[in-house]
Amino acid sequence: MTGFAQTNNQNLLRVSNLEVHFAVRSGFFASLLTKEVALVRAVDGVDFTLGRGEILCLAGESGSGKTTTGKAILRLLEPTSGEVFYQDEDIRLFNRTRLRKFRQDAQIIFQDPYESLNPRQTVFATVAEPLEVNHICKSIKEKEERVEEALNDAGLSNPRELFMRYPHELSGGQRQRLAIASALVLKPNLIVADEPVSMLDLSIRAGILKLMVDLRDNKGISYLFITHDLSLAWLVSDRIAIMYLGKIIELGNADVVIKTPLHPYTKALVSVIPVPKRVSLLGKTLLKGETPDPVNIPPGCRFHPRCPEAKPFCREEEPVFREVASNRFGACHYI
Amino acid sequence: MTLLAVENLTTYYKLKEGYVRACENISLQLKQGEALGLVGESASGKTTAALSLVKLLPDNAHVMSGSIRINGKEIAGTTEEELRRIRWKEIAIIFQGAMNALNPVRRIGDQIVEALRIHEKITDKEACRRTAELFEKVEIDPDRVREYPHEFSGGMRQRAMIAMAIACNPKIVIGDEPTTALDVMVQAQVLQLLEQLRRERQMGMILITHDLSVVGETCDRVAVMYAGKIVETGPTEKVFDEPAHPYTRALIAAFPNIEGERYLASSIPGNPPNLLYPPSGCRFNERCLHAYARCREEEPLFTLLSSGHCASCHLLEGRVRI
Repeated sequence: MTGFAQTNNQNLLRVSNLEVHFAVRSGFFASLLTKEVALVRAVDGVDFTLGRGEILCLAGESGSGKTTTGKAILRLLEPTSGEVFYQDEDIRLFNRTRLRKFRQDAQIIFQDPYESLNPRQTVFATVAEPLEVNHICKSIKEKEERVEEALNDAGLSNPRELFMRYPHELSGGQRQRLAIASALVLKPNLIVADEPVSMLDLSIRAGILKLMVDLRDNKGISYLFITHDLSLAWLVSDRIAIMYLGKIIELGNADVVIKTPLHPYTKALVSVIPVPKRVSLLGKTLLKGETPDPVNIPPGCRFHPRCPEAKPFCREEEPVFREVASNRFGACHYI
Repeated sequence: MTLLAVENLTTYYKLKEGYVRACENISLQLKQGEALGLVGESASGKTTAALSLVKLLPDNAHVMSGSIRINGKEIAGTTEEELRRIRWKEIAIIFQGAMNALNPVRRIGDQIVEALRIHEKITDKEACRRTAELFEKVEIDPDRVREYPHEFSGGMRQRAMIAMAIACNPKIVIGDEPTTALDVMVQAQVLQLLEQLRRERQMGMILITHDLSVVGETCDRVAVMYAGKIVETGPTEKVFDEPAHPYTRALIAAFPNIEGERYLASSIPGNPPNLLYPPSGCRFNERCLHAYARCREEEPLFTLLSSGHCASCHLLEGRVRI
């Protein structure tokens, strides 16, 4: 945290010590006997910055808090504590009007284009809805033009012919492009892309990723790219942040993190990145067990129960997330 | 020894509009102790092919032709009763979503005991002992046999499914996307377990997956499916290193390789065809960058490229070399 949360004019977004906790009830009988509620510490102190036109990847296994972080920075979830600065304004202090404006600037794309689109809305209605909600277009003609432009930008050819189609008439790749178009129509600066290609077949993935990178190159859109797939993260992002149980444990240049991981957890994840070769897993040392329940986060370093390099000290004191080399951050006592 | 021999298996789904040609002229062979990967994108017919082998197809599916021999015994025309004896004992299947495949209101141990007692004449006590053993085999604490599926994590549920599949010592195990919903680390653990078990028990294994990496990590041979047909088959290394069919080549090029250059491969243009009206000629011709007139008219035959490696593409015909 020290030396990290500095103001930088180049930063579009600065997040410091973000926490999102959820209270969960422990069950009917338990709730009669006790007033205590269990706390899921989904995001438990996260710091990062996102530069203008940067693609930052939040990578981690399920339950690591990457999606919760993504939602919290858009205020789709209220953070429990911490600060999120968007263009040097604290988004937690936004009033309704300002929040509305912010939400035009910051958009989200979800994982499953089969579920995120309304099956009863035509392509036109889907993309035009954000314009209508925000009272942006004065005439129908203008609206049509904006929708056409957004569909075009999302790489859908002959947009006017698609206007009256329904999502079920589109292929998976086209659907995700439609979801991207409805995010683009408001001309955002920031897009949180939550596993945007994991439901898509390998052969169409590359097209969607390329589209995202092109939009960054041509329109300067910044991305927070959320994925569990480290090879994808490596492929498209500028920097990668690896999350484990609600905390970022390593952050740095994408190529450097993947080629020379420092944190034992990153090392383990990198060791199982598939390569297009015949490589038997037999005899390979893998991490034991699964990510623990975020209700009972282990004391000390949260990774120590699964860490192959853990020492007694790791059980006692939580490592600080600090700059371990230039532009390289990590949270481990021994790096 | 050939455990499983499938020849010209063709399965269609009947719809109001006609037949969906989901799986056409599939031929496969599986030896004892061998792992075969059946790779394809969604709707390529890989699951249909696998379900045809164990006859677990939905009602509107029809196996139009083909022969399926397990240990030399034809099962294509057998009755449901005979099939029931073959399933689990000869050939078992691990389904994709363990949460959906397990009964949520019954203890996991009981579900395995039930499977054992249906297929083998053993006492309840013996079945319980075997279940505990199976739990140990798949690295779950045997004390947890009395728990319910919701008490297990995703990886453990998938392990329980594997325990159930190997309960009756089948000779062939089919895994239908057995690791798709799992986290990367857990996926590696489960694949490692499957390979260990296969080696130990000399089982034949067919892994159905959309993920080339799963094949690379576990399979000796691979068959690539596109739009209901096998387009290329061969030893895994051969297919990965020297892919011959344009579709296989595009798939492998799309696979990010962290040992190589960081660049975004171009995707395959277009979408897979509608199998109600499959294109004439080669089924890949509409998306193929190398297609020419003949590809649209004539269906390509398999060309043998090297021992066990063949692909069906007109472009390969000139280079027959064995």
